[in-house]
Amino acid sequence: MRKYFGRKLLIYLLTFFLAVTIDWLIPRFMPGNPVANMLARVSVNSTAASVMQEYYTHLFGLDLPLWQQYLNFWANLLRGDLGISAYLFPKPVTQVLMNAIPYDVALLLPAILLSWLAGNNFGAVAARSKWLDNTVSPIGYILTATPYMWLGILLAWFFGIILDVFPIAGAYSFSLSPTLSWKFIGDVLLHWFLPFFSLFMVQFGGWAIGMRNMIIYELEADYSHYLEALGAPRSLIRRYAFNNAVLPQLSGLALQLGVIVAGALVTEVVFSYPGIGYLLLAAIQNQDYFLIQGCFLFIIIGVLLANFVIDIVYVLVDPRTRRGMTGEAA
Amino acid sequence: MLQVENLTVYYQTLKGQVRALENASFTLADGEIMGLAGESGCGKTTLGHSLIHLSPPMTHIGGRVLLNGQELPLADMQKMDAYRFNEISIIPQYAMNAMNPIRKIGQMTEELLRAKKADVKTVMAALKDRLEMVKLPQEVLGLYPIELSGGMKQRMVMVLSTLLDPELLIADEITSALDVASQKAVSEMLVEFRDQHCCNSVIFITHDISILYQIADSILIMYAGQLAEKASTETIIHNPRHPYTRLLISALPEIGVRYSDKRLTGIPGKTPLLLNPPQGCRFRERCPLAFEKCAEVPPFVEIEPGHSVACWKEGSADA
Repeated sequence: MRKYFGRKLLIYLLTFFLAVTIDWLIPRFMPGNPVANMLARVSVNSTAASVMQEYYTHLFGLDLPLWQQYLNFWANLLRGDLGISAYLFPKPVTQVLMNAIPYDVALLLPAILLSWLAGNNFGAVAARSKWLDNTVSPIGYILTATPYMWLGILLAWFFGIILDVFPIAGAYSFSLSPTLSWKFIGDVLLHWFLPFFSLFMVQFGGWAIGMRNMIIYELEADYSHYLEALGAPRSLIRRYAFNNAVLPQLSGLALQLGVIVAGALVTEVVFSYPGIGYLLLAAIQNQDYFLIQGCFLFIIIGVLLANFVIDIVYVLVDPRTRRGMTGEAA
Repeated sequence: MLQVENLTVYYQTLKGQVRALENASFTLADGEIMGLAGESGCGKTTLGHSLIHLSPPMTHIGGRVLLNGQELPLADMQKMDAYRFNEISIIPQYAMNAMNPIRKIGQMTEELLRAKKADVKTVMAALKDRLEMVKLPQEVLGLYPIELSGGMKQRMVMVLSTLLDPELLIADEITSALDVASQKAVSEMLVEFRDQHCCNSVIFITHDISILYQIADSILIMYAGQLAEKASTETIIHNPRHPYTRLLISALPEIGVRYSDKRLTGIPGKTPLLLNPPQGCRFRERCPLAFEKCAEVPPFVEIEPGHSVACWKEGSADA
């Protein structure tokens, strides 16, 4: 047991190191640099520009040799300092991210969990009901196959413009300031609904289709046939099939949960929702090395943590992985 | 006692009906172990399964089955549930994968018994003795199926299937996946189960006649969906009457014969496809004794007590 987790931990640490290194490298491969980008937004004369250029380049540490930038990056990272955002200068990246994360979690956590629960249960029912399978499953296929941004825009257009029941942009109305009042909370919920609903629908279709296929497969498995031959009630056979079919869905859920902090980039762009996805797009457009690094760092940590958690959960729910574990330790 | 009368079961496929079992009639006495043998695809598994779980694409075309004088509702999936496991049970061909991989064996057994509304306490107590009979340690109940070896799983399923002391046990190719030593052990355990009244009559499906010679009281030979011959084991081995049985038995290796000197013979030809089987006796094409009359289906008649044959050359004319 200890050996298993020790080995896993080592692999995760190694992955973390490599991923963070790539995270540091990638923005620097882009042509141009953040300082040039910042200066392009202000109109000053050339002498002032060259002074500012020098000042900012030094401030961001971009005048150092690359290897030293890299070492400084790790040193700061281990101290919890992600640097200063160039795009939202002079806010520190950590603060920018912390402001965005609550929106992501509030949007994605319910969307992912609820769609997982509903999709799996619906898929399991659809697997044994011809009628449901022929009517609702095709809708699931269409939903999953639809380009998401198109669906999002369609929803925004229909509910926001035609019916005019939901706002289509922002996390709350511009006329309100964040307070703990019913009016504000209601407003936030109203803004939250469309992005949530669009995510829910698309993921629901995916889970339902996966579960439907898994259940059909499990009901054809030998252990199901054996129980049938022994005249076991359908409820028992279905329960066993569900328990077996849900295992691969669990790993899928873990991967989804891992990218929560990454936000749903397209959703947030379509609905102008101020999560990390929205931020990441802005960061890339402005070549903000530090903000890009910060966003990706959260994604890396999220994915690794989720995988680690699911490794443990799997050991708890699936005896077969447990055997592999002791087998390797022996 | 089991009576099968004119049982006919077809497979419904896109290309048409596959006539896998045609007009099967035989009886099985109390405590009898009947070997059911034949080539692959001759319908022996179809016969076994149709007695317990006649599910699509299998369709019940005709005939009936009586168990202790009571007719079984073969085609009614719901009504049959009352008989399954309680009266009729099966050790499936796929015993290696027959148990839910993510449940401990003991827990699964309990859940199954509870779902069947059996007396869980008594049966679980009996289970301990049964495990001893097949030489499995009590600890297996706390293990997952994957933690057992193939032979252990086979024996575990054997115990599971016979927990409620069924009247009829169908053992479907239970020795096929095992090595010769385990084959012998498992088949002897089956005989002991019968002797200890863990099950009453047994239908032992196999293509290995030498195993049957050791454990079966009688043997039923099938060919291409039709019954060919049924008699006591001794009679089938030493005095077979159906030409197919004769060729089959003569193809078995004998002790004391060196097959480097004399090649082992087979039966020339191939089994017919059952999608569109030939009229009359289905063995006609390969039969050395075939004559005009074989274009009609020969009846499965008793030529002497306990010995039935479906062949025009036997039965009425000969004897």
